[in-house]
Amino acid sequence: MAGGRMQLELSRVVQGRSRLGVLKGLGRTGQHSLEVPGCLLYTHFGTVPHLTQDTLHTLRNLPSVTQVTLSNIAEHQEVLEEFKDGFRKFAGLHDTVVYCSLHDPATLCPTGYTTNKTVSVWGSGGRIELTVAKFMALQKTVQPDWYQSMADGETWQNSTSRKRVRKSVDRTLAHLDECLLVHQKSQELDGVEVFGVVEGGDILEERVRSARETAKRPVAGFCLDGLQTASMDQRLRTQLITAVNKELPEDKPRLLQGVGRPDEVLACVEAGVDLFESFFPFQVTERGCALCFSFDISPDPERAGRAPPEVLELSEEKDAAGDTKQNGDLNHDDQTQMTSFEINLKDKRYQDDFRPLVEGCGCYCCKNHQRAYLHHLLVTNELLAGVLLMIHNTSHYHGFFSALREALAKDKLDLLKTRVLRAGAQQMEREEQDG
Amino acid sequence: MASLARRALSVASPLTLRIVAECPVTKARVCDLILPHCTVNTPVFMPVGTQGTLKGITVDQLEDLGCQICLGNTYHLGMRPGPDLIEKANDLHGFMNWKRNLLTDSGGFQMVSLVELSEVTEEGVKFKSPYDGKEILLSPEKSISIQNSLGSDIMMQLDDVVSSTVTGPRVEEAMHRSVRWLDRCIAANKNPHKQNLFAIIQGGLNSKLRKACLDEMTKRDVPGFAIGGLSGGEEKDDFWRMVTLSTDHLPREKPRYLMGVGYAVDLVVCVALGCDMFDCVFPTRTARFGSALVPWGSLQVKQKQYAKDFQPIDPDCQCPTCKRHSRAYLHALFKSDTAAMHHVTIHNISYQLTLMRSVRQSIMEGRFPEFIQSFMKRMFPSRDQYPSWTVDALASVNITLQ
Repeated sequence: MAGGRMQLELSRVVQGRSRLGVLKGLGRTGQHSLEVPGCLLYTHFGTVPHLTQDTLHTLRNLPSVTQVTLSNIAEHQEVLEEFKDGFRKFAGLHDTVVYCSLHDPATLCPTGYTTNKTVSVWGSGGRIELTVAKFMALQKTVQPDWYQSMADGETWQNSTSRKRVRKSVDRTLAHLDECLLVHQKSQELDGVEVFGVVEGGDILEERVRSARETAKRPVAGFCLDGLQTASMDQRLRTQLITAVNKELPEDKPRLLQGVGRPDEVLACVEAGVDLFESFFPFQVTERGCALCFSFDISPDPERAGRAPPEVLELSEEKDAAGDTKQNGDLNHDDQTQMTSFEINLKDKRYQDDFRPLVEGCGCYCCKNHQRAYLHHLLVTNELLAGVLLMIHNTSHYHGFFSALREALAKDKLDLLKTRVLRAGAQQMEREEQDG
Repeated sequence: MASLARRALSVASPLTLRIVAECPVTKARVCDLILPHCTVNTPVFMPVGTQGTLKGITVDQLEDLGCQICLGNTYHLGMRPGPDLIEKANDLHGFMNWKRNLLTDSGGFQMVSLVELSEVTEEGVKFKSPYDGKEILLSPEKSISIQNSLGSDIMMQLDDVVSSTVTGPRVEEAMHRSVRWLDRCIAANKNPHKQNLFAIIQGGLNSKLRKACLDEMTKRDVPGFAIGGLSGGEEKDDFWRMVTLSTDHLPREKPRYLMGVGYAVDLVVCVALGCDMFDCVFPTRTARFGSALVPWGSLQVKQKQYAKDFQPIDPDCQCPTCKRHSRAYLHALFKSDTAAMHHVTIHNISYQLTLMRSVRQSIMEGRFPEFIQSFMKRMFPSRDQYPSWTVDALASVNITLQ
């Protein structure tokens, strides 16, 4: 198979499961690398939401891999075909690795449109049906450095039957085999990596079957699908991922789709996941919120035993606003619900709060603006709110991943979990109670 | 000796105008307008950042584009977040973190154009707040008080605004009242050493009334004058005559601000007629609809014809958008993300500021008349498509369009 040079170099495996390392040999020239655990740079059609180059580049240490999705791209196939030189050039992306996924992780697709031979994506003009042939034609036109093979992951709803789950595993494997056939024959895809997709809904045996079978194929790594935030609670997710990872080769990366909340990320890293999609900061931005959870694991004797200020603030806000989630209800349809890792800047209390979003955050927003200003922008529906929040939330989220890697390197994962989860503690308690 | 005297005065004044060059053919001039936060090079186009933000553009981006002064809106900011909060935030500069100059208008125009049931009396303008239905009175004193809290470098008087399409005694009444309100504004200004109060010449489309207004207002010692009551849907033939009448009777050594003008052709012609400063929401507003301003008019990026057009908006443009992105990419991006709007906004602001810089350069180099000729040629397909008002207006300042 005309594969690339992607190689996972693990430097540590903590407690037999959490992995720390570097994914090397990325991109056509193999020059790029991505630290794991890590996340990809989430974009809409090659653009980080709300940001132009200037605003994007106020951020340091952006991931070297940019995620684009066929749900954004498919409707522009003709244009890209005429352009000929691939999506990276078309979008004005320089010096980045382009990873192409099927769906946009921030939006759940309508269900019921998948067939044995097709999956559907939703563009601005409506539904676009993809056969493997069309899917691969798109890949040849997009010319990513790496893509996931076509998959049927429509198993995230509670009511998915066993039969349906089995079908999704079968179809996904069939699609993978067909994709690989076309891939091997395509010169345009020489050097491009393919990830297989592990399905199986919430059924352990199907998950194991899917993992085993996918691992037999010559893929560079694995996407774990159907485990999206809205689809199941973390306990089940951890169980399934752990079982799946047992079947997958240790030296190939595992990318978990559709999971982005900090507490979930931590749990999934502990279950052996390497890569995540960074759509969560975007969702937080869209609801006018700013990430503020602490991930500080620096040794500071004064801090030990004292809750960081943001946590106190969050508790106050929760008490004032009532529960952010209904008891016992996972609310599958609404990924837009506020979490306890963020503050809602539309709240009146920020009207005259002249502090930065997060004290000590070095991002452009926190260095230049105050909560009161963000509050004003949100109340008046100004576009700049999205720009500034996206900058901060992206910065904060990537800072979290950086801290996560540091924690794994220094055996401080427990400390990090305490910091991060203290904010979400009440939330998780409720989830555990509901089983 | 005269310049020494002027310099001595300028120590106390928060505005100094230095005339750098004057066009020997037209009434155009190039000036350096020294304001508290930085010097503004005129002729200048001032982008409008209504609610303390320039529609998706950060202050850094605005600075990088070379913007030296932009607008904030007293009516909107007076409503939300309100003058008290902005004062606490170290005035509007502090609140938005804009380090260069700000100009605030009085709120008068919004009063009339936006709100229902506004009633004008000698006291001020009474209206119903759109946010809580309460009755509010915007008087000259109140407007200046808000603007004092906003801390803008240039403040506008509250004027009795009447639509340019209105005729009859109302126009005269408004003109006289504007003079009286100017005096009340001057008296109410708490910060004459930090904030410049500009008068606004009214009088509608009536030369006699305009002249009377000019005579009266120029008796007041204000640091600058705006030409108001135009750019509201009146005939262009009337418009330019009022502009040139105004600049004929405004003092040479004070800046002339033509309010609400921003179309490229209008800018070039009105510079020739002697105006220094301009503002308009058009370039930034139209950007959000995908309309990109170019030397030959405008380009609707969202139209199908650009889906496969792989050039930048303007191949000669040096703005960040044109240096990196194609029409085709922007066309597609409009379907996926708000950033498409920001790209076009940046381009449009760049276009406006670059245009003014080119105008300025040509005046300084004594070739403004030639500039006008090639500008018009680029903008219109042929000579007979030149709007007749531009031909007449430019003829009045010795330019015969070829």
